[in-house]
Amino acid sequence: MAAAGFEPRILVLSTNAISDPGIDYAGSGHVHYPAAARVLRFPCSSMIRPEFILHAFRSGFSGVLIAADGGDCPYLRDCPERTSRRINDAYALLKANGIDPSRLRMSGICSVCSEAFAKHVKSLYEAVQKLGPVVPPGA
Amino acid sequence: MAKVVLDKPGEAKEPARIGVYVCHCGGNISDYVDVAKVAETVAKEDGSVVVSKHLMFDCSDVAQQEMIDDIQKLKLNRLVTAACSPKLHEATFRAAAKRAGLNQYLTYHANIREQSSWPHSDDPHGATEKATSHVRSGIAYVKSAQPLDVLRSESTQSVMVVGGGVTGLRAALDLARMNVRVYLVEKAPYLGGHVAELASTYPLGEKGIAIVQRLVSEIQEQPNITVFTNAELVSFKGYVGKFSVTVRMNPRYVVDRSPRFAEAIEACPVQVPEEFDHGLTVRKAIYWPRGPTVPHLPLIDLGLCTRCGACERLLGKAVRFDQPPENLELQVGSVIVSTGFEDYTPALGEYGYGEIPDVVTLPEFERMLEFGDGSGLRHNGHAVGSIAYLYCVGSRQKPGEATTPGSPAHAYCSRFCCNATIHNALDVSGRYPDVRLYHFYRDIRTYGRNELLYEKAGRAGSIFVRYTEDHPPVVSQRDGTAHVTVQASILQNEAVDFPVDLVVLVTGMVSRENRSLNEMLSLPIGPDGFYREVHQKLRPVETNTAGLLIAGTAQAPKDIRETLYSGSAAAAKAATFALKKELELEPFVAFVDPARCSASGKCVAECPYGAIELREQGDFGKKAWVNSAVCKGCGACVAVCPTEAIQRAGFSNDQIRDMIRALGVAEEGA
Repeated sequence: MAAAGFEPRILVLSTNAISDPGIDYAGSGHVHYPAAARVLRFPCSSMIRPEFILHAFRSGFSGVLIAADGGDCPYLRDCPERTSRRINDAYALLKANGIDPSRLRMSGICSVCSEAFAKHVKSLYEAVQKLGPVVPPGA
Repeated sequence: MAKVVLDKPGEAKEPARIGVYVCHCGGNISDYVDVAKVAETVAKEDGSVVVSKHLMFDCSDVAQQEMIDDIQKLKLNRLVTAACSPKLHEATFRAAAKRAGLNQYLTYHANIREQSSWPHSDDPHGATEKATSHVRSGIAYVKSAQPLDVLRSESTQSVMVVGGGVTGLRAALDLARMNVRVYLVEKAPYLGGHVAELASTYPLGEKGIAIVQRLVSEIQEQPNITVFTNAELVSFKGYVGKFSVTVRMNPRYVVDRSPRFAEAIEACPVQVPEEFDHGLTVRKAIYWPRGPTVPHLPLIDLGLCTRCGACERLLGKAVRFDQPPENLELQVGSVIVSTGFEDYTPALGEYGYGEIPDVVTLPEFERMLEFGDGSGLRHNGHAVGSIAYLYCVGSRQKPGEATTPGSPAHAYCSRFCCNATIHNALDVSGRYPDVRLYHFYRDIRTYGRNELLYEKAGRAGSIFVRYTEDHPPVVSQRDGTAHVTVQASILQNEAVDFPVDLVVLVTGMVSRENRSLNEMLSLPIGPDGFYREVHQKLRPVETNTAGLLIAGTAQAPKDIRETLYSGSAAAAKAATFALKKELELEPFVAFVDPARCSASGKCVAECPYGAIELREQGDFGKKAWVNSAVCKGCGACVAVCPTEAIQRAGFSNDQIRDMIRALGVAEEGA
């Protein structure tokens, strides 16, 4: 069960051309979501090495959201398939390291998908809040 | 101005001396984020931060000068700015760093407005922690940043324009007048596209073909434009400044001039509907294209030709059935895609289309107006004394309302059609003053000066009847007469029946399929099917592939005036490449450390651009190698490398790990 008062941090991995502008758009519209979500932008979600995700969990994050380009990716037509492969590899890596793979989520966030983005962050935030920290205090 | 000293490669090895500048953005940031605390926290916890300030506007001249002075006086070698979205001002601060003599890529712009103060205006404490965290990641980034040089690439001073409608003609002409070499490629056998079909264009009533001919005659005076009609792109490779494009000139099977073309066409026994007239007239298998054509020759539609030999007997060697297609490889620095639109074709039975003979579309009606024989307006064997225009057919559809199978609903307004219809009504009133004109509309969008046309049409006798989208009109046929039944808004949606001689469906614009071109050029397509620009306002004719530009109605519905604006805009943008001998490109490409590379070939297979290959590299042997001019910097290769030998300049794997670690730092007391 979750530790009382546990405030998880979420790492959002965005993409320079599509989802990061979408996250900006949420900000411009003052669409609220938990401030616990930190953002790091990549050129394209296909660049994300699965180890980066494991590294995030080891760096204090309790949840990771890949804000992918989906079909809008300016670089790669098959970006969703490629990113899915990275995520599947990451799931396997997390399992092997005893981390609940449900802490990692991916969603296509378009450049104007502000509400969708806020919804995904809130939902992951609530889910990992229930799960508690990756390494419980004192473990 | 300070003296500018470019970084030496060794500079990055010196200990980092970082300047941090947190922006208030007036109050946009500081109203929610405690900017003083952010600046103080990062300075306290990191010894490499030499100076950490919070300024009213980082982007102001005064603030930029303060940064430059600090860089020079305090010997800073890294710059972190924390302000609005990097989309707005990252370039500003890179330029400031450059002016101070610092390599522009030893900087980081942290987003604490769009991604901190604004979305967390409900949580100032959380917003401050997040802003601190984003600044920390910027500090982590610059610590291991390497100075980078912009990439330089030779620029081919020529441009290819794909699509010879009015947009492409305008763009070609503008470029030629800037002394840029232009290749204009049109798939159809004639120039002018849809505009050539228009009987009368708003607001001045000029014939479409006259507009086309004016542009074409100006083009013919430009020796540096080469026009290809009946031609298409078959291969496309390269990068901005150096695209290599293969154009296939499709055979016309008529290869030489002859005085007997008219006789030969007369002799041809094959008759098919003429596409140019929307099938309202017929043409032969050997025919003259209906717009300007280069070379000025008729052509034979080989798919229809029965090889009866009738034309061949008259034209002799001017006909050559074995004429092969001819491929031409051309080098260009940039490409403008202006491939236009398709008219929306109503589904069978949509407002009676295809079922009731007196129902036509506006583009069909435009052609009908050209066939008048002086005996008044006639259609389907009867005189036309009344016309009903039905607006917004195929435009402004709701999801699920799509009438073309497999196509998404056309949610957009097609923009030109209200104006075109009202102008058409004025044209009809002028030609046939006794014809009664009814307009059934949802909204009239005669924006700008066209509003005057709307008023004029009302005064000329056009009757405007509004309906709401929930109650669209119904077209039926009774005793051989078309009827439009409409629930008029002004009569509290009471149904009113109008028997009319002709129903004109005001159809909008839809995107062209052009699948092979779209795939060949990797053109970005929006949800409406039209090409999508990088930024609607700031970069309206660019795509994410540098040097690949879009213009005209291939991008979105536009009227003639607007499409010519965009043709000129794309020409101006193309000239920014074509008028330079050398181009500067962002250095964010993949690079390989050959010492680490295991030559797995995974990156080679992963790259969709063919930018990576295994090649001999001296003592290292056969290792991965990146053609930096072809690399787009997506980083897909980085993710699959088993040894981390391939990484992305300006965003290395260590930088990423350091940034993630910095973002993960828990606040005291949290």
